[in-house]
Amino acid sequence: MTPPMIEIEGLTKYFGTHLVLDRVNLSVAAHEVVCLIGASGSGKSTLLRCINRLIEPDHGLVRLNGVPVTDPSFGKTGLQRRVGIVFQSYNLFPHLSVMDNITLAPRKAQGLARAQAEERGREVLALLGMERFARAYPEQLSGGQQQRVALARALAGQPDVLLLDEVTAALDPELVGEVMAAIRALKERGMTMVIVTHEMGFARGLADRVCFLDGGRIIEEAPPEVLFRAPEHARTQAFLHRLIEGGRL
Amino acid sequence: MILDQPTTPPPPPRRRGFDWRTALVPGLIGAGSIALVFGTLGWLVLSNENWPRIQRQFFSLEHMSAALPRVAWGFLTNMQVWLIAMASIGVWALALAVVRSLRGAWFAPFRLMVMIYIDVFRGLPALLLVILFGFGIPALRIPGLPNSGLFWGGVAMVLCYSAYVCEIYRSGIDSVHEGQRAAARALGLSEWQIMVYAILPQALRNVLPSLMNIIVALQKDVALLSVIGVRDAVREAQIYTAGTFNYSSLVVAAGLFLLATVPMARLADWVTHRDRVRRLQMAG
Repeated sequence: MTPPMIEIEGLTKYFGTHLVLDRVNLSVAAHEVVCLIGASGSGKSTLLRCINRLIEPDHGLVRLNGVPVTDPSFGKTGLQRRVGIVFQSYNLFPHLSVMDNITLAPRKAQGLARAQAEERGREVLALLGMERFARAYPEQLSGGQQQRVALARALAGQPDVLLLDEVTAALDPELVGEVMAAIRALKERGMTMVIVTHEMGFARGLADRVCFLDGGRIIEEAPPEVLFRAPEHARTQAFLHRLIEGGRL
Repeated sequence: MILDQPTTPPPPPRRRGFDWRTALVPGLIGAGSIALVFGTLGWLVLSNENWPRIQRQFFSLEHMSAALPRVAWGFLTNMQVWLIAMASIGVWALALAVVRSLRGAWFAPFRLMVMIYIDVFRGLPALLLVILFGFGIPALRIPGLPNSGLFWGGVAMVLCYSAYVCEIYRSGIDSVHEGQRAAARALGLSEWQIMVYAILPQALRNVLPSLMNIIVALQKDVALLSVIGVRDAVREAQIYTAGTFNYSSLVVAAGLFLLATVPMARLADWVTHRDRVRRLQMAG
């Protein structure tokens, strides 16, 4: 039996004395899309960033394809090449063109020749419908286009896993759709993804499984049609109820 | 209810042509008041009983043309020192700033060294350093070391100015948003690659206006080297004055400096303006 793509065991993280993640266990199979939902401060972004060690967990274990990557001896840059991440605020490099944004890491961190890297860059741009903008600069693009470039940049490293941290939260509502469509295209190509989102439509339409976090723990996980229709836990019910009252669900 | 829209929208408002009357009156008033104020000032100066003596002492055309060749020759030295010092400062200060920004415990002694360096060289008068280096080091007569005052005076300028420029670079590095670092790290770039490919290009662009101002300041401060006997424009003008007791040669030197610094200052203004426009666009 092949090991799950991501295996998280007893992951714990303090910020100072504040417990942000409390013995979190989570397993993500290859080609699976898992959405993390929960109120602000429930620890979902921290959990995401612990997976590629942008934040170092205090206790617990993360395995990627069966290999424990939280081990200090495991090269951090090597891990970060295998796990792509996209942020809420795009964080494209403003001084580089779209193509240079995408090829920077393949050329400098993976040692690809420019021609090879640009070939790969054209592939990922085409996948996200952005090939026309290869020579543009980030400031010339809309938020949705910038976010798709950020996705392309994360994909260019050919990661095993893609982490998405509220990638539509900074977008105008009419631009959310194009980014969601891009992510759906990635799902259809079998990309393993862990997605933190406030956008419940996102979780509903894309996720194979939804995890609800509260107080640094995953207190309920289920397929979206189950979790949204008949949540078991009282806190999940309260959270979803607040969303319905706010018109967000 | 919504009214039926006509098939074409109404035409745009007619653009008003250039109106001579509205343009001319403020222009004339402006020109008139300038002529009045400057004319009065000029008349006050020229009608002063001491003006002929002042003119002979500072603005004698005869002395000016006699001094011009040697002062201009000296001014070339100023500009050479300026260009070489500018390039050296740019590189040396950048190295200091990068060391100062390295994060890692092993770099602590180097960070401390840069901090001490900045405190010392920013806290000392440039004039003192120029004299100390320009006279002091050649006097050691250490074989193998160059013993020209010009060289060591230039080194003093570079060391002194680098302290300021290092701080400018560092503020630029600090001004790059933390998210850029996170994004670069998440792509698997090493600390060094993050600095070179992601942070520094943005940092340099952010501090270009401040650097331009330093370049203008340096352009005239290279005249400090005249105190250690470097035959630059100021020194040559002084030599001329010593022989003739006429100060027109120094006015020639002043004119040459202005000829160089005013265009540079305008260029600095332009760079600052362009940077402001760029930031406003990004914020919008």
